[in-house]
Amino acid sequence: MKIRTLMLGWEFPPYISGGLGTACYGLTKAMGRMGMEVTFLLPRMGPVRMAGNPEMTLESGFPHVRLRAVPSSLIAYGRRGNPPSAQPATTGAAVLEEEPGGPAPYGPNICEEVQRYALRVMKIAESEEFDVIHAHDWMTFPAGIALSARSGKPLVVQVHSTEFDRSGEHVNQYVYDIERHGMHAAARVITVSNYTRNIVVSRYSVPPEKVEVVYNGIDFNDFGQAVPPQAAQVGGDKVVLFLGRITMQKGPEYFLYAAKKVLEREKNVKFVMAGDGDRLYGTIDLAAWLGIGHKVFFTRFLRGAEVDRVYRMADLYVMPSVSEPFGIAPLEALQHNVPVLVSKSSGIAEAFRNALKVDFWDIDEMANKIIAVLRHPPLQETLRTNGRKEALRFRWEDSAARVNEVYHKVLNVA
Amino acid sequence: MASVCFYFQVHQPYRLRHYTIFDSDTNYFDEYKNAQVCRKVAGKCYLPTNRLMLDLIRQHEGRFKIAYSITGVILEQFQEYAPEVLASFQELAQTGCVEFLGETYYHSLSFLFSPKEFAAQIDAHKRVVQDLFGQTPRIFRNTELVYNNALAETLERIGGFDAILAEGADHILGWRSPNFVYRPPNTRRLKLLLKNYRLSDDIAFRFSNRGWREWPLRAEKFGQWVNAVNGNGYTVNLFVDYETFGEHQWEDTGIFEFLRHLPAEILKNPDNNFKTPSEVADAYEAVDVVDVPHLVSWADTERDLSAWLGNPMQSNAIHELYNLEGMVKATGDPDLLAHWRKLQTSDHFYYMCTKWFADGDVHKYFNPYDSPYDSYINFMNVLDNLRSRCTPTVPSLRSSTLVPMPA
Repeated sequence: MKIRTLMLGWEFPPYISGGLGTACYGLTKAMGRMGMEVTFLLPRMGPVRMAGNPEMTLESGFPHVRLRAVPSSLIAYGRRGNPPSAQPATTGAAVLEEEPGGPAPYGPNICEEVQRYALRVMKIAESEEFDVIHAHDWMTFPAGIALSARSGKPLVVQVHSTEFDRSGEHVNQYVYDIERHGMHAAARVITVSNYTRNIVVSRYSVPPEKVEVVYNGIDFNDFGQAVPPQAAQVGGDKVVLFLGRITMQKGPEYFLYAAKKVLEREKNVKFVMAGDGDRLYGTIDLAAWLGIGHKVFFTRFLRGAEVDRVYRMADLYVMPSVSEPFGIAPLEALQHNVPVLVSKSSGIAEAFRNALKVDFWDIDEMANKIIAVLRHPPLQETLRTNGRKEALRFRWEDSAARVNEVYHKVLNVA
Repeated sequence: MASVCFYFQVHQPYRLRHYTIFDSDTNYFDEYKNAQVCRKVAGKCYLPTNRLMLDLIRQHEGRFKIAYSITGVILEQFQEYAPEVLASFQELAQTGCVEFLGETYYHSLSFLFSPKEFAAQIDAHKRVVQDLFGQTPRIFRNTELVYNNALAETLERIGGFDAILAEGADHILGWRSPNFVYRPPNTRRLKLLLKNYRLSDDIAFRFSNRGWREWPLRAEKFGQWVNAVNGNGYTVNLFVDYETFGEHQWEDTGIFEFLRHLPAEILKNPDNNFKTPSEVADAYEAVDVVDVPHLVSWADTERDLSAWLGNPMQSNAIHELYNLEGMVKATGDPDLLAHWRKLQTSDHFYYMCTKWFADGDVHKYFNPYDSPYDSYINFMNVLDNLRSRCTPTVPSLRSSTLVPMPA
């Protein structure tokens, strides 16, 4: 049977601010390629615009996916990690869908906005036919729950990150309650790793048999040809790269503490921190306070060609996350031929072999491994070659096929 | 006539401790871990298997014979961590039914990188076997059965050996059987004994595999396979890791029962007997020359050196290590020399192997590292420290403290 999915997702190109958007886009596109029918509801401030000709993109790229806008000011990660520049501002794009009632205003607080989003989803869904509802992360859960209750269709929630990943032990009770409610109301919970599955089971008391792991993938087509491995020299210095949102969850301060240790041993190395987030200024302060300000460079949020360029400069990509449900970024670094060092508190650490792995708090070991990569070209080379080969095996088609299996279990069809 | 020729490899490396770039002491080795592994394997394998071997030798009154190749580094560890194991090997030596083979003291790949070091380690091993077991090795086996024509030539120049053991790999034998004695090209008196890898691996790898159609393997069945060789060869060379008994194959697989009954099953046929490698070399003439221009080993499915030298890290680490030979020896520092030599043990490079996906299980055996990358980083940090010790503080002392290498 052909299952029709109503997907409550996040972020479509050209503006993707992080892993959640990348995952929703990659998964949906692969589902379309595999002939699964998806209606993707996208929260947008203002009309949905696509770069170039959107009709063409949708029909030729993934014919089974329809995109509909939900007027909402909700953005992935809330206001925690978004670059100011990521606000939608496309020009020259065609309007895909009628804009009902003008841009949705920013709600005075997030709770109201989440409720408003849910109401609008209910309204839009009245004109949709679907078999299963698939909601991504907590802000879409109330909408998913309500819609499931009204339509009688089963709800699948996918957890890309939990409140514990984002906030450590200082969880926002309101957010936690919504997450928990969504997980319990759902027929199945999809997590992006066993790491996250364990959190869902132990911290949200979800029965383990209800939780399925579906790893993320990476987009082949965007990286068809390898970037030349020759690093663009930065005054002869080696470059260690942090690329991601600069938030508590991503562990930027551990990167800096390790950088200081590295600099005690290696002079010709620079540290680049690419990204924005609520810890940006604190992190800049910390670099200065550690006395390594002259060796650490903050680029702010990068996109497109800038990302390619910073990868070309890099000798090593470091993901020192305190808690990382999956971690697509290291796979992207490897696609750009940059070897990776990742935190053991991540999904990618459990799923991937050809990476260096450290405990995020183990500054000495992080520095030890960074120095080893900088000093020993054969290590860099082996990590790069084997890592890239392994990264290419993380295909969105496989993730989509797993999601399809989950749908079949939920609908109890063969 | 079919002779069964058993040789068991006994070896454990000195594993390195976690050593970062911030460490500066010279305690490179993980004493706790090495003692722990040594005692664990002693309890599960060495002691019970030695006891069983001793029983079998006594029971069969000289008709059951075996050979061991025991590396210098595990003999040192026995002395330090499990002296009762050493005593039980010495008891076996006194039966007259046990032969001890020669190899490189440090279980090294020195043949590939330094002929001088290779010769020195063979000599050091010979002396420790003489000291501990009262025998002079006449048969040589190189680390991991790494072998080619050049090794045979080198060994003949070194002298003192009658035969070499090697892997009976299909690609070197072609249509020929491993159950005969061969000789290498360009040598005058050395013989070549080749491992019957099918029958050896039936014991070492397949014994407990329930998916194998011969499972469960009993001594009786194995005896019949050996009988089948009668008329098609002289000798069945069964070369296996000693840890097969009790460690690779746990006791509950029935491996000890298999071993207990095997000699009687073999000897049931009056045409069969047991011979040690030197007895095989004495008893049978070489039937043909086996030409091995390229290196072979007994590892993995490839039977080549890719498990130790297959990726850039392994190649880099071992070359850097041997590049220090002159500097290390020039210091005349015996501790430094011993450390440098312990780093030559092939296991260190095996841990750096990235061919995991096919051969993963075997590579994990007592591997102290989570990944080959960690292993390389650790090794290079130790090597970096070792290199820093090679610079004599008083340069003028350098030439006067030169210690001559053993011949």
